[in-house]
Amino acid sequence: MADKPVALAQKRLMDVKLGELPSWLGTRDFTPNGLLGSVRGGYERYFNKYINVKKGGIGGVAMFLVGYIALSYLWEYDHIKHDRWRKYH
Amino acid sequence: MMMSFFDQFASPTYLGIPLIAIAIALPWVLYPTPSSRWVNNRLTTIQGWFINRFTNQLMLPLNMGGHKWALLLASLMIFLITINMLGLLPYTFTPTTQLSFNMGFAVPLWLATVIIGMRNQPTVALGHLLPEGTPILLIPVLIIIETISLFIRPLALGVRLTANLTAGHLLIQLIATAVFVLLPMMPTVAILTATVLFLLTLLEIAVAMIQAYVFVLLLSLYLQENV
Repeated sequence: MADKPVALAQKRLMDVKLGELPSWLGTRDFTPNGLLGSVRGGYERYFNKYINVKKGGIGGVAMFLVGYIALSYLWEYDHIKHDRWRKYH
Repeated sequence: MMMSFFDQFASPTYLGIPLIAIAIALPWVLYPTPSSRWVNNRLTTIQGWFINRFTNQLMLPLNMGGHKWALLLASLMIFLITINMLGLLPYTFTPTTQLSFNMGFAVPLWLATVIIGMRNQPTVALGHLLPEGTPILLIPVLIIIETISLFIRPLALGVRLTANLTAGHLLIQLIATAVFVLLPMMPTVAILTATVLFLLTLLEIAVAMIQAYVFVLLLSLYLQENV
């Protein structure tokens, strides 16, 4: 029922309760070094879960590429929103 | 706002970051370094096998001096192939459609081969300007022609890659627009056009790989002449 008391700073994002979110954000390291470390950590987690496995398949690479497509769409949205199905009405 | 078909070649900026920066940095992320294990994971093994085959194929016509360039040429080829192939995905940006990008690769590398040739074996390098067996009266003309052809090489390298990729992307967009416009009016013609689009996409995939290969191959040939 009641969870074991764990220090706020060590909880992962999915375990943080909604009310604790601002204080949890306060414990995170937002210096450039810290941001770099978190990017590297994210990369290592993805790499070791999907790529660095004995029999990796196309899934790991495909997910990454779909993410890249989504990112590119986000970058181009401001331009693409002017596209029309019929150019002249 | 006027929508033109050339808008796909302008790199959009969002949150201060241009998309071309992400597109150029992406190939570095896609090829992880092999770990120090005896047998790597399956994906890294496949990657290493491909890179070995490429490099082998590239280094075939080169002598020992040219093998010093193996790292540069192989990584250039992998980079260009990855960028070209990623550009075929929807909504992505292809840096190799920009002439400045390709000239940035072509001119320094070509100049390096010429300077190496001039420094190490100037007589042989200058001798390349006159093919064997030319009639005596033609010699002055031919030297001028060969010099012009020498200086046009970087231009040709850069423009070839740019033009091939730009034309391919433009064709895909044009034919896809045609399919969309024809679909409500003449579905049969639209299906035929869609078939053309499918075949064109296959061609583009091939062109993406071939153009990168040709770029690096020609560079290695220029190197072979001079090293």
